[in-house]
Amino acid sequence: MKKIESLEMINISKSFQGVRANDNISMKVSSGEILGLLGENGAGKTTLMNILYGIYQPDTGEIRVNGQRIFIDSPKASIDHGIGMVHQHFMLVQNHTVIENIALGYAHAPKLFPQKKIRQRVVSFSEKFNFNIDPEKKVWQLSAGEQQRVEIVKALINGAGLLILDEPTSVLTPQETRDFFQVLGKMREDGQMIILISHKLDEIKRLCDRVTVLRKGQVVGHANAGQLDKRSLARMMIGRDVIFSFSREKIPRKEKVLEVADVRVDGDKGYPVVNGISFEVFRNEIFGIAGVSGNGQRELVEAITGLRMVTHGQIRINDIDITNQSPRKIHNTGVSHVPEERIRFGIAPNLFIYENAILKQHHQKKFSRRAFLAYGRIKAHTRQLIKDFQVATPSINVQTKNLSGGNIQKLILGREIADKPDLLVASHPTYGLDVGATEYLRNQLLKLRAEGGAVLLVSEDLEEIFELCDRIAVIFQGSFMGILESDDPRIADIGMMMAGTRDLKAGEGADASL
Amino acid sequence: MLHFKVSDREQISALGTFLTLVLALTAGMVAIGLLFIISGVNPFFAFKKIFSGSFGSLYGFKETITKAIPLILIGGGLAVVFKAKFWNIGAEGQLLMGAIFGTWVGLNWGPSLPAPVIVPLMFLAGFLGGAFWGLIPAILKLRFSINEVISTLMLNYICAEFLTLLIVGPWKSPKKFGFPYTDDLPDSAILSLLPGSRIHTATLIVAVVAVVVLTIVIYKTRFGYEVRVIGENPDAAKYAGIDFSRTTMLIMVISGGMAGLAGVGEVAGIHHYLSYPDSISSGYGFTAIIVAWLAKLNPIYVIFSGIFFAGILVGGDAIQISLGLPAATVAVFNGTLLIFLIMGDFFTKNKVRILAGERG
Repeated sequence: MKKIESLEMINISKSFQGVRANDNISMKVSSGEILGLLGENGAGKTTLMNILYGIYQPDTGEIRVNGQRIFIDSPKASIDHGIGMVHQHFMLVQNHTVIENIALGYAHAPKLFPQKKIRQRVVSFSEKFNFNIDPEKKVWQLSAGEQQRVEIVKALINGAGLLILDEPTSVLTPQETRDFFQVLGKMREDGQMIILISHKLDEIKRLCDRVTVLRKGQVVGHANAGQLDKRSLARMMIGRDVIFSFSREKIPRKEKVLEVADVRVDGDKGYPVVNGISFEVFRNEIFGIAGVSGNGQRELVEAITGLRMVTHGQIRINDIDITNQSPRKIHNTGVSHVPEERIRFGIAPNLFIYENAILKQHHQKKFSRRAFLAYGRIKAHTRQLIKDFQVATPSINVQTKNLSGGNIQKLILGREIADKPDLLVASHPTYGLDVGATEYLRNQLLKLRAEGGAVLLVSEDLEEIFELCDRIAVIFQGSFMGILESDDPRIADIGMMMAGTRDLKAGEGADASL
Repeated sequence: MLHFKVSDREQISALGTFLTLVLALTAGMVAIGLLFIISGVNPFFAFKKIFSGSFGSLYGFKETITKAIPLILIGGGLAVVFKAKFWNIGAEGQLLMGAIFGTWVGLNWGPSLPAPVIVPLMFLAGFLGGAFWGLIPAILKLRFSINEVISTLMLNYICAEFLTLLIVGPWKSPKKFGFPYTDDLPDSAILSLLPGSRIHTATLIVAVVAVVVLTIVIYKTRFGYEVRVIGENPDAAKYAGIDFSRTTMLIMVISGGMAGLAGVGEVAGIHHYLSYPDSISSGYGFTAIIVAWLAKLNPIYVIFSGIFFAGILVGGDAIQISLGLPAATVAVFNGTLLIFLIMGDFFTKNKVRILAGERG
């Protein structure tokens, strides 16, 4: 097959249940080009790319490769045409190893004993891009960041001429991102083409040759990235100015809500990944945990919310010991949780929106009468919820899987906040969301803080941490490198701390007891 | 060149679901018709025989209802466990264990107790027997992660052999001319029949009430909600603080217990003594899987799908006799229908369109 040199999508339209996700969209990318695709959640970016990847079929319109019309009726057809895609939600077999996952999607894998050949290639990719993946590890043992790296290798190893990257850098470290951008640059010089879906305006500006901006399923503009500044890109995307910095009012913190004392937790492999962490979170406070994913954040959060056993130490909520209690008991003491993998943990996709709106709270008095669920009250509650948290849906009688990622996240955050928690544990709450939804969700977290809630925020997004947090802990290999007040001048060194430098200028003992 | 487009279907109307079901059944019938033709039988004649045998006469219809009783009971229970994606293929064994427990109670306590006492006791014992046999694979799965498809299926054979052991051994009646049967149940332990039929009314009432109750449990209660969340996303269930072990054990108690009730009905209503496992259950535990599937895992619809498949069982007997077809015909019939029903499911969940290559 001839190498893919140009790709055109002409007048593509696609509707779901009468909602036009893509409305007459046309775009073009040719070799040696990086095209940025910008748009809010629900703007239709993912739908458009899924059409290109053969997951959806367009209602009308056509796709041309090298000027010739092609039909992409499956991801395999898409791969055959030289298109590779890295999805925002990972498409990996959890119980298989990295090698097995890569072999699955690799067209030239030897029929017999493919491991050897593929291991070589994985290791060489891994070294080349500094991916640092253990090819023998099972996918479920990998952090989100590592899983994404596997996805990227999977696409590259197939020699994709057109690489579609859906929010590729969300889980990479700054160093990895830099390296990854260099790789993308090299690929561009090689004459490859890349479509980059991103909400990070900086990234788009820095990397892309051209930008196509979508809003509500339509193309609202094409532009050469160099000509636009961040503000005008953002304005194009959402049709209004975004507040880039929050004016966070100073609120004195009140009583202690969460106390974590010398907690140790084992990872999936059975060896310790949280090595004696201690901290406290107070009312009217957002406490941030910054760090590159895979340093024990997930396990720490799971330990606090009851999803994972604590091997040592104690966790107290409002002075009640909740160490190794069941998730329901912990929830009943006033802990809400926005999980890291929202589709996997946060909802049951095939159930209706109103059924998901009470997940975890269905046993409470307000939603049930004895053994029965009070559907009248549940539906009223759900209507209020989707109104208060701006969840875009035609009705509450819709299977939750039909919502876009951002709207699912709004639903989950709304559900958890509406429960009026004493402590909200939020893991990567705005991961993969667009500017508008991110701003909205962050404001909701600040509102909860102003109303007396305590928030434990785990995020890799430093911008988010700086904007929201009153205190910031930096985690590295299962230990805190220090806890900083938001106005602490040492915050300039946070990058060093994330890379494993313990803050030497002040004893963390003093910080931890604050 | 033809291009097939397969994509997720977001929503399907109730009418759409129903029409797909009808279409799947029709397509299944056509396939079965082809099998009849291969066997040298006129398919129209065979279908006419089947449905006139089961629904065409009062006698046939009564027989159909009789066979629908165990199918409704078991199918109702299976609808619940299948909702949680726990694949119980062991209703056959759970039915037999229910029959064994019920028979023991009937034989030992029946002579001294009046019917209004002994009959409920037998049903209770049967429920417990089925529940006990259903709990084993649940515990094996929860404790040792043993796949329930394998364990439930294998436990069928263990229970069948256990029953055979009882009837050729300790429970063998001296009054049955050397046949491996138990004694007859005492009169008080025998269910009364609807006059002129073999319909044991008590079991029929239990079956209908049970599926109505299960429907309410699944769609209106907290427990039912938890079952559905587990089936849709076990990770979310864990996150939501739903007790997976407790729920799994409870639904297997329900499912096994329902099969156990069916076992008591068969012994106390039809056979009056325990005999070979094949004659006690005649494959109800397997047929009920299709019954639950046809009912879209909604317990209340099991009443209709149960009657439908009972009709096929009765009609199958009719064509065996009148057309001289082998006894496996009904199994082939049922299996073929199940395949088409599952295919129908695919079409309700996915959109498939065919396009010609040149279409613009």
